[in-house]
Amino acid sequence: MLDNSTLATLQQLCGKENVLTDKADLICYSYDATQRQFLPDVVVHPATVEEISQIMKLANEKAIPVFPRGAGTGFTGGSVPVSGGIVLGLTRFDKILEIDEDNLVATIEPGVVTEEFQKTVEKVGLFYPPDPASLKVSTMGGNVAECAGGPRCVKYGVTKDYILGLEIVTPTGDILRTGGPTMKGVVGYDLTKLICGSEGTLAIITKIIVKLLPKPAAKKTMLVMFSSIDGAAQAVSDIIRGKIIPTTLEFLDARTLECVRNATDLDVPEAAQAVLLIEVDGDPEFLDKQTGRISDIVQPLGVVETRIAETPAESEALWQIRRSVSASLRRVNPKKYNEDICVPRSKVHDMIRKIDQISEKYNIPIVNFGHAGDGNIHVNIMIDDKIPGEEKKAEEAIADVFKGALELGGTMSGEHGVGIMKAPFINLELKDTVVDYMKTIKRALDPNNILNPGKIFPSDK
Amino acid sequence: MAKLKKLEDFRAEIDQCVKCGACRAHCPAFGAEKHEGRVARGKVALADALLKGDVDLEEKFLLDMSQCLLCGSCCAQCPNKVHTEEIVAATRREIAKRKGLSTFGKGVGTILKHQGVMNTLAKAGGAFSKLLFKKIPDQSGLRLRFPAPFIAADRTLPPIAAKPFRERHPEVIPGVAGQPRVLFFTGCGINYMYPDSGEALLKALKFLGVTVLIPQDQVCCGLPAVSAGAADTVESLAADNLAMLRRCEYDYIVTACASCHSGLTQIYPGMGAEFDEFKAKVKDIFVFLVEQGLPEKLAELPKADQPIKVTYHDPCHLRNHGITKEPRAILKALPQVDYVEMENAASCCGLGGTYSVYHYDTSKKIGAKKAASIADSGADLVATDCPGCIMQLQDSINHGGGKQRSVHILDLLADALP
Repeated sequence: MLDNSTLATLQQLCGKENVLTDKADLICYSYDATQRQFLPDVVVHPATVEEISQIMKLANEKAIPVFPRGAGTGFTGGSVPVSGGIVLGLTRFDKILEIDEDNLVATIEPGVVTEEFQKTVEKVGLFYPPDPASLKVSTMGGNVAECAGGPRCVKYGVTKDYILGLEIVTPTGDILRTGGPTMKGVVGYDLTKLICGSEGTLAIITKIIVKLLPKPAAKKTMLVMFSSIDGAAQAVSDIIRGKIIPTTLEFLDARTLECVRNATDLDVPEAAQAVLLIEVDGDPEFLDKQTGRISDIVQPLGVVETRIAETPAESEALWQIRRSVSASLRRVNPKKYNEDICVPRSKVHDMIRKIDQISEKYNIPIVNFGHAGDGNIHVNIMIDDKIPGEEKKAEEAIADVFKGALELGGTMSGEHGVGIMKAPFINLELKDTVVDYMKTIKRALDPNNILNPGKIFPSDK
Repeated sequence: MAKLKKLEDFRAEIDQCVKCGACRAHCPAFGAEKHEGRVARGKVALADALLKGDVDLEEKFLLDMSQCLLCGSCCAQCPNKVHTEEIVAATRREIAKRKGLSTFGKGVGTILKHQGVMNTLAKAGGAFSKLLFKKIPDQSGLRLRFPAPFIAADRTLPPIAAKPFRERHPEVIPGVAGQPRVLFFTGCGINYMYPDSGEALLKALKFLGVTVLIPQDQVCCGLPAVSAGAADTVESLAADNLAMLRRCEYDYIVTACASCHSGLTQIYPGMGAEFDEFKAKVKDIFVFLVEQGLPEKLAELPKADQPIKVTYHDPCHLRNHGITKEPRAILKALPQVDYVEMENAASCCGLGGTYSVYHYDTSKKIGAKKAASIADSGADLVATDCPGCIMQLQDSINHGGGKQRSVHILDLLADALP
């Protein structure tokens, strides 16, 4: 519980209506998409960077943890207030400040919803590629803090590849700028990249300078069904080796397709044991050539059927199979552990093999789909958590999946981050010296361990 | 008597919410207020906490639960199809049970139950409330939608009909032999406020030779009472309508109000299996007219020289049932109409049963977005299929200083028919 003087100071700083302490309010800011709940002591919605600076100074003085929050859609608990304290909601920072068409740069506030930003720049023929599945609701601040990815990252890269500069409040309350609106800049350490993906542990982001691209003139979608996962995996390698980088290269494995067949009336033939959903973009004339070449490349690899969309409506119909996955999975078992390992592209099919073995070993359904083009596999471990012992089995299976990915030269998280969910496993991937190096940075910048404590590093709870 | 489900009956449904937050993109109340308590995910968390005894019926809890239009936009986009609108309605009933209706409905229950209070209010209220109290029965949902002391002074309201629609007609209006026999479930909006739309419906059915049944003993569907958490009222209205539906003979039940359609096809069947046989017979009027081949017949009419630009607003309670094509098909087939689609046609208008009474400011914010979409479309008229939406759309347009009018598609249809 916070003392009354602290609350009074917060109210004075941000206005009474922006400082919430009622139980009902605390409940509403206690969770994210991990479904873990931790009640904060207070929820504060500041309006200016100065207010945030003052809040951080107060928090240091009184040793109150602060948990920055965007839309609360993370999958690893990055925003949840694990040790009470202050939830710092950034939804009022929701302005697109500038779209500079001369320099292809935009300046925005962190509470801007990703899709709104994309739609706004697209109106003037520009393009912001990163497209996490949550883009209709997730905010740009959260995307930067977690370094969000998405299907289009195969060709265009992830969030950090588009962030040129930031305005931040440090854990001790200083306001500073990193980077800037130039395409190049090498003066001093690249603090922008350090903050990007730091999961809200090193700074509170208050302004974002984003690099934009010209919007591709057109895109074309094709869906290829394979008789085996081997064929689909080989197709990914062959397409990339053929010097074609599609915009997206999504795959669904046999179990996923079975779920889709059972849960929907979408047309997925029984013979299809793996599917690649491929999109290419660019000049319209160039697109037909690309889909033609892709068709040629995949043809010898056990293709059951190829569908090429000629209209946006047809394209949307092809995407339906991919979009229906999430809801379809729920029919397998009520509880889903959604992991997001990433392996070198050429190892996707070795990884799927390993996962199949893990699934057999623990007798738990594991359903895989995801971004084959960059080796990022969404591994969904499905259990009925009402059956005793199932949760423990799932946790062991998750550890095996992580180990499997690491053995292939991969990582245990391509997109979701560590947060609280993967913190217990971080030593599997990072050597002690690496963890120490990171913790040294954290300690130096946040000596009182005020900002988003208990995340990333397991011992920091 | 068939009973509405209790909050505890929604335990499994509540557990289905995985807190992904997809609802944040689609909730009109959240869009206007940006507070997690406004959105489906927050409300499910609160309902969960109430069931577990982790939260009391404190002021903020009541506020959050009142901040829902029951539009179902969240459920339509929810990956797990969690019916938050039903969970919220059940929570409101739970609140009413524990604290009495007045806590949630700010006096609605008291007004309805005490003749003395009602008379005082009728004297004190404006012309609208006087008419309302004189002509509209206690049990009509309109009373919940317009509890006189809470109606904002700057709100545009339609006049109350001098003679309600149902009183103007005999129970049976015969058609041509061999054509279907339909029961017209008028709803309160058409009966008391928009009787001309009811007349328009009769004209269209007469054009097709359909026999129409207008039972005088039909009552309010009960949707506004669902919104207010008034379980007893909903259950007694449902029982009265069930008796009426059992008494009559017909092939179909037609509605020209999205809320009534939802009451008959969603709320009632949720109360018991006895409603299932009737659910199968309920058709939105435009679904019925399309099935009867009306668009083809309209296509034969001579086109107008100077057509009116018209756009369509999807009422939530039709969109949620997948009824989006048929109203558009009729509009597009009308000889005097130049149809244009607006952006965000499927977003809520902001009325939401009793919502707009208690949260008129938020309701206006939601309505303003809609009014902007209507203006951007370049249409002169916005047509829809729900009296509540028509009223709210006109109010929103007027607040924005727009010149457009909101009408029922039936009104345009009647103009076109010979």
